[in-house]
Amino acid sequence: MTEERCLDTDALREKARQYRREILEMITEAGSGHPGGSLSAVEILISLYECKMRHRPEDPAWPMRDRFIMSKGHASPALYVTLANCGYFPKAELATFRKLGSRLQGHVYAGVPGVELSTGSLGQGFSVANGMALGAKLRGADFNVYCLLGDGETQEGQVWEAAMMAAHHRLDNVCAVLDSNGVQENGPVAAIKGLEPLDEKWRSFGWHVMEVDGHSFEEILEAFDEFDTVEGKPTFVIAHTVKGKGVSFMEGQAAWHGKAPNREQLRQALSDLGFEA
Amino acid sequence: MWEMKPTRDAFGETLVELGRTNRKVVVLSGDLEDSTRAEFFKKEFPDRFFNLGIAEQDMLGTCVGLSLDGLIPFACSFAVFLTDRTYGVLRISICYNKRNVKLVGTHAGLTVGEDGATAQSLEDIAIMRVLPNMTVVCPVDAVETRKATLKIAEICGPVYLRLGRPPYPIITKDSDRFELGKANVLREGRDLTIIGCGLMVSESLRAADALAQEGIQARVVNMHTVKPLDEEAIVRAAAETRAVVTAEEHQMNGGLGGAVAEVLARTYPVPQEFVAVRDTFGESGAPDALLKKYCLKDVDIVNAARKALERKR
Repeated sequence: MTEERCLDTDALREKARQYRREILEMITEAGSGHPGGSLSAVEILISLYECKMRHRPEDPAWPMRDRFIMSKGHASPALYVTLANCGYFPKAELATFRKLGSRLQGHVYAGVPGVELSTGSLGQGFSVANGMALGAKLRGADFNVYCLLGDGETQEGQVWEAAMMAAHHRLDNVCAVLDSNGVQENGPVAAIKGLEPLDEKWRSFGWHVMEVDGHSFEEILEAFDEFDTVEGKPTFVIAHTVKGKGVSFMEGQAAWHGKAPNREQLRQALSDLGFEA
Repeated sequence: MWEMKPTRDAFGETLVELGRTNRKVVVLSGDLEDSTRAEFFKKEFPDRFFNLGIAEQDMLGTCVGLSLDGLIPFACSFAVFLTDRTYGVLRISICYNKRNVKLVGTHAGLTVGEDGATAQSLEDIAIMRVLPNMTVVCPVDAVETRKATLKIAEICGPVYLRLGRPPYPIITKDSDRFELGKANVLREGRDLTIIGCGLMVSESLRAADALAQEGIQARVVNMHTVKPLDEEAIVRAAAETRAVVTAEEHQMNGGLGGAVAEVLARTYPVPQEFVAVRDTFGESGAPDALLKKYCLKDVDIVNAARKALERKR
């Protein structure tokens, strides 16, 4: 059923452009938020929700659904835009992001239809994803669990506890994706607390590791298909991405980790994305 | 004399009982199942038992995932590791998400004994009761522990069950009513009220006997549920006896005494004295010697009662 929904790559690229517009607009409207790590995750989320995952927006609690955990909970705009586009809730609600009384809390919130877990304290969602996968094995359910991690997030010790757990319990129904945009709040990840050699680290922890261009739908989807064939170990996809992808003045800039553009900057950003003023 | 039994033993036995009747119950251990008695469950239900190693944060996160699958996970460790290595996970993954995870901390309080300060959890009630959505239960004995273990599996939401290491006197009966959030009055009295939890309730009963010798009638309340607190029982005690002593094997700051004081200040202020650990760490020693040194014995409750009565006049 997933293949039927999946669009061709040109259509996916156009979708990514629209998603980026909606992410930037909702953050601008809110006056705060995290554009950098939201823009880097767009192709990953579209690949999951448009092509890969088995899910029913009209029935968010469908027991057979594949699960997604957004461990990097600050990139909530990217997930909210994805869910709204899938039809989990009306797109108009995106304008309420971060406002008093809104379901669209600043960090990913389980009160939003389609969200499995509230996150925002880094390093926690990964353990929960593995727990869901362990429960699936225990109950004989055949759904997969996908989890999106930030690269800076993997500096948290809990991530490595979870990495050991999933490998030890041979959770081949877990696919973790690293949004490796290389930049955290106060600078480059490599300068603050480097993660390299990333692939060797995860491989040595017992994971099946793949590296992809995190903005290439072809490469991401190919990795997800390979995940389906892996047995006896969990899968880790290192998605090389660009923080603030698509916006000239945000790309690779730590300053845009957690800051909203003003109206003028939004105009510039939309122009960068090819939207006419 | 009371019969003696460790609350952790009663917990381990009841967990097996639960495992037989409820297939959703799964048990996770931070490599302490021998000490927490979770191994009783492990032996009977190896497929539903997971030793997640010495990694408490991940153990609790895993429990959250299991709960999202509709299972009822019991996470078992020492009270100290279960609460102090995991605070962020408790707060966000478990409480903010309102997950149905049962947290069972054994070896609470000074009576861990010879292992000393690093293993003696004296802050866990404070840590757990400040968290929204959390229920905090501190059973007084093995009989009550069985009831509490069965009950917390029935309710949906996070629960912390605080248990001890040494044998506790059995002071309740199978037939006694046990309701979460409802205190049990174990002894009536009109002069003052002693409110205790866990091991300190039996010390409170001994103290009440001693006070009776002096002609002082002390009410003894078993506050097995520290959160949600039975405010009505506290207000009634204050109104009817006009002096309160709280007794707990925990820091004075933020524990049962603090919880009772918060209620009294808002509703019916009366003199209150605290029998608790006074802002200090424990040390190695025999359990009873530690209780004596840190002033957590019946005699200390008697002294606190005299002070409260003096202030009442």
